[in-house]
Amino acid sequence: MMGEDGDTHMHVPVPPHREGGSEFPSPHDVPAGHHDKPAIDCNGAETRDLAYGLLRVLDDNDEAVGAWDPGLDPDTLRTALAHMVRIRAYDDRMMKMQRQGRLSFYMKCLGEEAVSVGAAMAMENRDIVIPSYRQQGLLFVRGCNLVDMICHCITNSADNVKGRQMPVHYSWKEGNFVSISSPVGTQFPQAVGAAMAFAARGDDSIACSWVGEGTSAQGDFHYGLNFASVYKAPCVLVIVNNQWAISTHRNLAHGGPSFAARGIPYDVASMRVDGQDILAVFAAHQWATARAREGHGPTLLEMYTYRGDSHSSSDDPTIYRPGDGYESFPLGDPVDRLKAHLCKLGEWDDERHEALEADCKAEIIAAYKEAETHGTLRDGPFPSLSTLFEDVYETEPWHLLEQRGQIGI
Amino acid sequence: MAQMNIIQAVNSALHTMFERDETVVSFGEDAGFYGGVFRCTAGLQEKFGKHRSFDTPLAEGGIIGIAIGMGMNGLRPVAEIQFADYIFPGFDQITNELAKLRYRSGGEYSAPVTIRTPCGGGIKGGHYHSQSPEAYFTHTPGLKVVICSNPYDAKGLLISAIECNDPVIFFEPKRLYNGPFAGDHAAAMIKWDTHEKGEVPEDYYAIPLGQAEIVRAGNEVTILAYGTMVHVANAAVESSGIDGEVIDLRSLVPLDIDTIEESVKKTGRCVIVHEAPRTSGFGAELMSQVQERCFWHLEAPIQRVTGWDTPYPHSLEWDYFPSQARITEALRATLEE
Repeated sequence: MMGEDGDTHMHVPVPPHREGGSEFPSPHDVPAGHHDKPAIDCNGAETRDLAYGLLRVLDDNDEAVGAWDPGLDPDTLRTALAHMVRIRAYDDRMMKMQRQGRLSFYMKCLGEEAVSVGAAMAMENRDIVIPSYRQQGLLFVRGCNLVDMICHCITNSADNVKGRQMPVHYSWKEGNFVSISSPVGTQFPQAVGAAMAFAARGDDSIACSWVGEGTSAQGDFHYGLNFASVYKAPCVLVIVNNQWAISTHRNLAHGGPSFAARGIPYDVASMRVDGQDILAVFAAHQWATARAREGHGPTLLEMYTYRGDSHSSSDDPTIYRPGDGYESFPLGDPVDRLKAHLCKLGEWDDERHEALEADCKAEIIAAYKEAETHGTLRDGPFPSLSTLFEDVYETEPWHLLEQRGQIGI
Repeated sequence: MAQMNIIQAVNSALHTMFERDETVVSFGEDAGFYGGVFRCTAGLQEKFGKHRSFDTPLAEGGIIGIAIGMGMNGLRPVAEIQFADYIFPGFDQITNELAKLRYRSGGEYSAPVTIRTPCGGGIKGGHYHSQSPEAYFTHTPGLKVVICSNPYDAKGLLISAIECNDPVIFFEPKRLYNGPFAGDHAAAMIKWDTHEKGEVPEDYYAIPLGQAEIVRAGNEVTILAYGTMVHVANAAVESSGIDGEVIDLRSLVPLDIDTIEESVKKTGRCVIVHEAPRTSGFGAELMSQVQERCFWHLEAPIQRVTGWDTPYPHSLEWDYFPSQARITEALRATLEE
């Protein structure tokens, strides 16, 4: 009944590199400064070129060019660079600790640092964020305490989510950062609802949410876009196209050339952005945030980037993707590109960069040591036994009281 | 015979059925080229082609939906849901569509779909990688629900599930993938090669759905368990010196009620063990069945040892996971009546 592979009519896409092609087809050949800036109150269709194109500010000479240049001063640029370097130092240390068995699990955001840092710097802290994995930069920019973050990842006695989640499932109410969920895409319609609540309450704060490109296959992604469009919800919805969802290449997530373009039929303003160019990321978020805040509705942003390392501490990417992936990524590295831009402006140099890296590393090592004073993965202390039964409901019904009684607490 | 762990046994079942029946196909997130995050589908794409073993977009509702369509139209799909915790976006397709297709079409249509999914805790997975959602599915008429506890059964039961013309939810306790686990996380890891059920025929064989197995015969008390808890319960019986009869249910729907009834009528006592939360867990159904059928033979109230009615925790995992100590306590309590 079924033919051999060659005889079947069923099409199954494969990543191009497995068939001898390049891993990276071409949005990067759009030059920096190419796109105009549409009016803040434009309709979705007017962003069509941006949805299929690529918003870039930093050009090949490391200069900021075009209508989208946000004109950030050198101090702000240095702050952005420091955030990214600090995240990278944090990730390196945390993965090392995972390899030593001092964390049960970890996920790095190597290559994607600009996506979260640029977004957070373009928003205000009152804007609610409902992130996916790999957006730890939001916490750094909003000033979350490093020791607290590490305690969560160790799941020790000082973990603010009381040891209930795997590492990197941060929650930080004070920073308007909503608890991370592992099931992919659930946060998109939730962000739309949070945005609708701001609108309903007459508050001009906005909501922002992130998903991976793989997640754009989920129903929740589409529910979110449609509800956002119907209610003109003040939100910014971000697809982080880092090319890979564990082993699933982006060409399995959909059949078209652009993820951003998925917003156009929903009449949502949409644009694809060079995710390695923090000026472009910042500018896109600044535009989308202003649009939402002023009541002109949602924006869908695709951040074109690359997952520079494994999905998590649990998988081995050498099995399913080319080993030279990140180094060959045509849009480069966000830290290198911003550093080069600052150097070009005469506002930074290698010496200062090395000093920054050393400072960040020392700071993270000290923070990790301090975090372990609240408990280690091996020996604890962990959150108290009582926390097992707390927060299931606002107050514990009889059956939970009975069950906690069975273990004497 | 070969030595296999559960991953290899599942893989062997798939290879066996791919060879025997060219309508069998397998798909899921990371389940094609990579062979699954637990590597259960490894080698299928290479050997049989990507039209038979392929990766899917990340959309569990879509995965189950296409499985139904393929199943109603001449194929025999084996869909992988990467973790049982992620099955819920497919819940509507499973419970309203897949389960009821035969019934709602007056018997005209059916879809022989198997949904494989790793379940259960014991791996520091927190609540998104540790759940045991079997009761949602046993509560849905039209679905068969199977859960294996060792490599030999995994292969034989999976082959029966694939051959079954009704939809089957096939749970694979991930803590057992690489070795039996008796509940002591501090003990050295044991592999399946030291266990008699790690001996698995390389050829075709089937274990009928709906047949429980008496893992350990005994006279004082009947212990009903499935999945990882079979091993924990068995160890509790061994270490306590109680003459318990441990029954591995293997299939929750259909349930081997005869084996259960015969055992409880013999022992007069019953303890039910599962990892899932207590309220409306499958233990509640077992308790009802035993009470209805064996009431006049019971010497003591039936006991349940289950997960607490809380989400599955991360750092306090071992205070949630039903332990040998809790099972032993329940065995003693039932014997003291």
